[in-house]
This record gives sequence, C-alpha cells and structure tokens, in this order.
Amino acid sequence: MDLDPHVPSGPLAEKWDSHRFALKLVNPANKRGYRVLVVGSGLAGASAAASLAELGYEVDCFCFQDSPRRAHSIAAQGGINAAKNYQNDGDSVFRLFYDTVKGGDFRSREANVYRLSQVSVNIIDQCVAQGVPFAREYGGTLANRSFGGAQVSRTFYARGQTGQQLLLGAYSALNRQIARGKVHMHTRTEMLDLVVVDGHARGLITRDLVTGEIKRWAGDAVVMASGGYGNVFYLSTNAKGCNVTATYRAYKRGAGFANPCFTQIHPTCIPVSGGYQSKLTLMSESLRNDGRVWVPRNKEDVAKAPSEIKEEDRYYYLEERYPSFGNLVPRDVASRAAKMVCDDGYGVGHVVDGHRNAVYLDFADAIARDGRDTVADKYGNLFDMYERITGESPYEQPMRIYPAVHYTMGGLWVDYNLMSTIPGLHVLGEANFSDHGANRLGASALMQGLADGYFVIPYTIGNYLVTEHKGDVTVEHEAFEAAEKAVKSKQADLLALNGDTPVDEFHRRLGRIMWEYCGMARTAEGLRKALVEIPKLREEFWADARVHGGGDTLNASLEKAGRVADFLEFAEVMVRDALERDESCGGHFREEHKSAEGEAVRHDETFAHAAVWEYAGDDKPPIRNVEPMEFEHVKLSTRSYK
Amino acid sequence: MRVTFKVWRENESTRGFRSYAIDASEHMSFLEALDVVNEMIIREHDKYPEGPIAFDHDCREGICGMCSMVIDGHPHGPRQATTTCQLHMRSFSDGDEIVVEPWRARAFPVIKDLVVDRQAFDTIQQAGGYVSVGTGSAPDANALPIGKQVADEAFDYAACIGCGACVAACPNASAMLFVGAKVVHLAILPQGDVERTDRVTAMVQAHDAAGFGGCTNHEECEAACPKEISVDAIAKLNVELIRAGVTP
Repeated sequence: MDLDPHVPSGPLAEKWDSHRFALKLVNPANKRGYRVLVVGSGLAGASAAASLAELGYEVDCFCFQDSPRRAHSIAAQGGINAAKNYQNDGDSVFRLFYDTVKGGDFRSREANVYRLSQVSVNIIDQCVAQGVPFAREYGGTLANRSFGGAQVSRTFYARGQTGQQLLLGAYSALNRQIARGKVHMHTRTEMLDLVVVDGHARGLITRDLVTGEIKRWAGDAVVMASGGYGNVFYLSTNAKGCNVTATYRAYKRGAGFANPCFTQIHPTCIPVSGGYQSKLTLMSESLRNDGRVWVPRNKEDVAKAPSEIKEEDRYYYLEERYPSFGNLVPRDVASRAAKMVCDDGYGVGHVVDGHRNAVYLDFADAIARDGRDTVADKYGNLFDMYERITGESPYEQPMRIYPAVHYTMGGLWVDYNLMSTIPGLHVLGEANFSDHGANRLGASALMQGLADGYFVIPYTIGNYLVTEHKGDVTVEHEAFEAAEKAVKSKQADLLALNGDTPVDEFHRRLGRIMWEYCGMARTAEGLRKALVEIPKLREEFWADARVHGGGDTLNASLEKAGRVADFLEFAEVMVRDALERDESCGGHFREEHKSAEGEAVRHDETFAHAAVWEYAGDDKPPIRNVEPMEFEHVKLSTRSYK
Repeated sequence: MRVTFKVWRENESTRGFRSYAIDASEHMSFLEALDVVNEMIIREHDKYPEGPIAFDHDCREGICGMCSMVIDGHPHGPRQATTTCQLHMRSFSDGDEIVVEPWRARAFPVIKDLVVDRQAFDTIQQAGGYVSVGTGSAPDANALPIGKQVADEAFDYAACIGCGACVAACPNASAMLFVGAKVVHLAILPQGDVERTDRVTAMVQAHDAAGFGGCTNHEECEAACPKEISVDAIAKLNVELIRAGVTP
C-alpha cells in the first residue's frame, strides 16, 4: 500500500502556499466537463459540493436524510476554533497548530494540521459573509470563548447551536448552486458501494431509500464526506443514522483505513437511564468554562442529594489534579478522570446495572458570581435541553454527567491532498484521519470539516483531474455491472433474514462488546475476547436477525440491517487496531501503559505512526501498514495539563 | 406505565389507525417508546403482519428537524418548545391512549406511515434563502460590526430547524413562519441586505407554487414551533414584501 503523504517540501509555514502554486489548474472552461460525486452533505460535504460547483464543476451530492440540512454536523453545540487572535491573548496560527498537535497526543500529521490552522481564519470570514449569526460583543465585534486543551480564547460560537448555524450557512451556499443547476442533490439516497475502474474511483452504486431503486453513477472523482463511525458502540452522541457503510465499502475496495481505534469519548454527556436507551445526548464542553466538576469525597454521600453535601466534602478532582487547566483539561483526560472516580465508587445518580455512573457539573458558583441571567444567556438552551431529558433544572441543582462516545479520529487514510489510497477518492471531515491524531480538541471538528470543504479540496481536486485522471467512463463499464450485482446480492441476503430478533438487538449487543473491551480503557486480554465475541455475534446476526418487508419501498429495517452488518465487520478491524497499538495515546488508553498517577504513557519509538489497515479478503485478516509521523516543529513530549 | 399508541399506518394497500400497547418507563423518550413498539412488532411478526412503523428521526436531540409527528392533535406533542424526539414519557400517564399521526398538508405528501415528503422546504430555500457570496471572497469577519442585539435577533430567526410543525399546525397549511424566519434572519443582517428584495419575492413565490396555503393570522404556527420562533417573523415578512413592492 502506497502511503506517501505527498507533503510538500520547504518551511512549514510556506508549504501550503508553495503547494497551491505547484498544483495544476483546470481551465475554467474545462471544469464543466468534469463531474464530481460528493457523498454526504454535512459541513465537509456541503461546503465541498458548493465550492466545487462555484468553480464550475458539475456536482452530484448524495445524503440519506430527507434534506441536506439534516446532516449530523447540525448537532455540534460549542463552537469553532480559529486563530484570529481577536482577543489579543497571545493566539497565533502556530499556537493553534501547536495546541492541536499536542492535544492529538502526537499522532497527527504536522503539515496537515498547520494548514488547518492557517485556513481557520478564512472560515470565520466566509461564514460571517454568509450571514451566520455568531455571538457578538456590544460593540459589534465577534465574541470568543475558551475550550478544553487551550489557554487562549479562540472559539467562535452561536449560542449552543454553532454546528446548526454553520451547517445552515453551508446549506445555503449549496442551495444557491442547486438553484443554478450546478449541484444535483439526491436526498434519501444511500451510497452502497464505490466503483473502482482501472484502480481509480469512478463511481457509486446507490439505493433510493423511497423507491428502492439501485442506481449507478459515473463521475471523474469521488469526494467522500460521510462522517464518523461512533455508532459502532450503539450508544453514542451521533445521530441514529450515522454509519460506517460508505467508508467501510471504500475500505473493501482498497482504501486504507487509518487508526480506527482512535475514538473520542466526550466527558460531558447525560448518563444512561436504562436498557431502552437509544442514544446519548451531549452537553457542550463550553459548560466546563463555568461549571465545576465534582463527586463526594466520602462514599457514604453518593446517594445523598448534592445540596446536602458540604463544600469540604466535595472532591473537585479536575481542579485538584490539574491545577493549571482545571476543568478545562482535554476531553480524553476529563473522561478518564470521571471513569476513575466512578470505578472507585464515588459516582452519583441513579443505579443502572449496579453502578452509579455519573459526576456532578455544578453551576452554583457561576450563578452566584455572574447572576442567573448571564448564565442563562450563555447556556440557556443547554440547560433547557438537560431539563427536558432529565426533568431536573441545572439552575437549581448540579447536572449529572458521564462520558459518552462522541467522535472518531480514525478514518480513511488521506495524503496532503486529501486523497485516499484509491486515486480519485478524496475523503473529507470526520471520515478521514489526518488532523486530530489520537484525540480531538473541542471546537476543532467544525473547523476541519469546513477547512477541507471550502479551502482544501477546491484546490487539490483539480490537480488530480489534470495529472492522474484517465479518460471517460460510463455506467456501462463492467466494474459498474459487478458492483451493482454485489450490492443486489447483499441486499437479497439481508431481505432473506427471517429470524426472530430485531436488528437493533444485535446492534446493542455489539455496542456492549465494544464499550466493554474497546471503550475508555482497553487491555490486550479484553481486546482478544472481543475478537472472539464479534465473529460469534456476526454469525448469530446472519442466523437469527429479522428484516421485515421488501426492497422496493421505504424500509428502515433493511437500511438498518445493512448498516449493522457493516458495523459487525468493521468492529473487528477497530479491535485489531487497538490490540496492535501496544501503547496509550490520547483517546486510546491501554491499561498496560499508564503512569503511577494513571496518565497515558506513549511509546514513540514503536508507535509514532498511523496504522493503516488494508483489506485482504473476507477470509483473511487485514494487513497493517504504517505511515511514520514525524515531529519537526512540536517536540515530542509527554502531555501535561497539571 | 402501560400506554397504547394509536398510530396512523399508510402504504399502497392500507390507510388507517392501528393500536399497539406496551409497558413504558417514564424516563424513556417518546421515540424510544416507539422503538419498543417496533421491536415488539418484529418479535411478534405473526401477530403484526403490517410490520414496523415507519417514522423519520435522526439526531434525537431536537436539532436536525427530521422527527415529525402529530401527537394527540399537537405537532411534536403536548410540551412547549419540544420536538418529538425530546418529548419523554413522563409527559403522559399510565393508561393513556396516545394518537400519533403524520404532518398533514397538501405540500407534504405522505410517503409511508408517519413519513412525509418535505422537499418543498428545500425548494423554497433554493429560491433565495442565501447570501450570494462565493467561497474565498469574504472580507475580514470583524470588518463590519454588527450590534449584539441585531445578531441576537438574527439568531432567533435563524434557529428554525425546518421540521414543518408550523405547516402541520396551520389550518391553511401555510409555511409563512418558515419563510419569514429565513427572510428576516437575512434581511436584518448587513450581509443579507443587498438581496433582500429579490429574496423575499422569490421565496414567497416558491412557497405559493409548492401548494402551501396563505396566512390568515391563526398563529398556531408560533404555538407549535419547537424553537419558539415568533410570529413576528410573518409581520416582518409582510414588511419586506411591501418594501419589495409586492402587495401581501
């Protein structure tokens, strides 16, 4: 597998500029002769589709929801980082780069992260010009707040709905191109396979989720922006429809899958309330700016009402253990700390399956200091959301929170041009792997999705089309015939499932295996167990799952079964990756590799690389390839937030 | 708690209500209770040959706008400022019969059961719900100060999730609150000011062409809106139309 990252030579700060000059351009008149297929309409997909269409390319964009505006980027709450230094507090492109590489625990690619930091400033300009109503100061300038893992205020936000406002901005740009006839939007349409012709990505096979029609699409390049695979855990903060199918099918067609074990467990989510739970709800990280995290110091207090626990009996464990970052330590650190105190018996809240898995996030001090109105202005909608779900008001008593699966840093391997190991297949946003290493900092996902879509792919795709792309291909080509046949045969297998167990039940069981053995803390022993249990579960699925109805109509049970079948295969790749990575780093925490204080211990001499998994056939284990990660500008060091 | 869902089922061959009784927990979300119904339908497939209930849902945290059910006569159910997915069973009582129907409007044809086609909303946005600014041509974000009150007001209208509850609640199936929210959001910001005349005209024309009814000031839309968008949006929409030289 060729893993040349194609990082341009020259000084770090000049790489992107010199690369943009070196990239070949497509003549404006020739652009309309090229068709680009974009999978997904979230921040990365919508911004890419709109920007490519503005340049003159013909674009087909696909999403499985009923409108591109529903992509799960819409649910991002807290904000988007940019190195604007509007606060005059010492921020710079280099500092955002530095914080992101360090926050990712030295497993991301320096050149990509530097470019991300550079274009971050253009993103804010673009969004404001679209009419995104960011929070502002009374003087009319943009407001900022702080987020975990940073000591400057560089996060731009729109109340607790930043993702929604940014996505609606990208959606509006997309709509303008749809109206111009440059983007052909295909809603309620799911990608089921990638078509590779002579080694290049040249098309898709999709299913119309309303009519059931299986259709072939030929194009000159494919842009995949299909999001992350957090739902492999069943319970996550992802939307119910989020899935691995697009990226997993691309993997089976030859795209390398990098670092699948790097998953982010977000520290502040509403705890599980029972076995029927279908998803978990995030409470924005921004709450940690003003909320104080604590548990009782004494185990006998865990069942008491928080108001009955005296100040001296409260253990503000983040503030005590990490005095310089306090409640604003990065997500992986905060999540593990919460797990540790709960595992030690200090958790609070309802007993579910014999455990109290929750800690307090308390706003009493902030309300006393700033007043209820100020707190409501900043967090009102989050407090309301919490109240709707739990029936309790965070103005009156502390929130109860616990970590939950939120984001996946792993994804399809891409080079500096965002191209995967399959020429022509470009991968953007959460679906790729390059920028966040082993842990993503808060407010960086929105930044990356939009950077990739607005400011990277419009430049790099042209270079592919001029230098590597080969000739016209039609849907009559035999590769389309074969891919369509494979999709139809898989669908027939799924429709033939007439056991007694709902597909969701298998998904829940897979989730329990993954959370238990491949969640916040992992061991070689547990991971080996998972490698036995996952194939067993997969067999049971194919023997006893039930899919109701036919293939030629709206059939949620068929859609779900296809996605769960892919998760049941993909989970194994993820567990293998976690097992082979015999170190702790960022969100990947191996119990065998921790310091006396319980912090993650990396092994840079053996694991300062991206592990890139190559599909080798259904009956053979995948092959592990590596791309070394070199750190010339941020010195490899142990992260410390103390 | 024991509850019975009386659910509208619709496909090529059937149209009508079917009832499903389950034991629910008060901590369950409304959609989780429907998940329980669907799992029961699959496990007891001989008893329920009609198969699981089709309904739209995705984020399940009140922001994607996908969920869309009329519950006991109210779009998104009995709670103010709450989407169907945010509604919890503690809003109901033991023994309740809960009637669940799809959005009903000519412009939102039913696809299956509780799933309707809302493409008309996208069509309206495509007619003009944007600022014509290409990628890369933006000035510095702080170059143009915007007062906090203006930005906050714009946000209040921009918070629309495009669910369609306003249409479902309106006796005329009008989407004027939806149109007004976008028109006003962009009209009051300096970035959107340039195209405000063309925008309002085009979006209202697209609205009418899609088969939505006209507004006759029932204000049911505001009461049903899960994001509490004020009906002032419609008054301001009319002001925009007058500015554009169109008689509302």
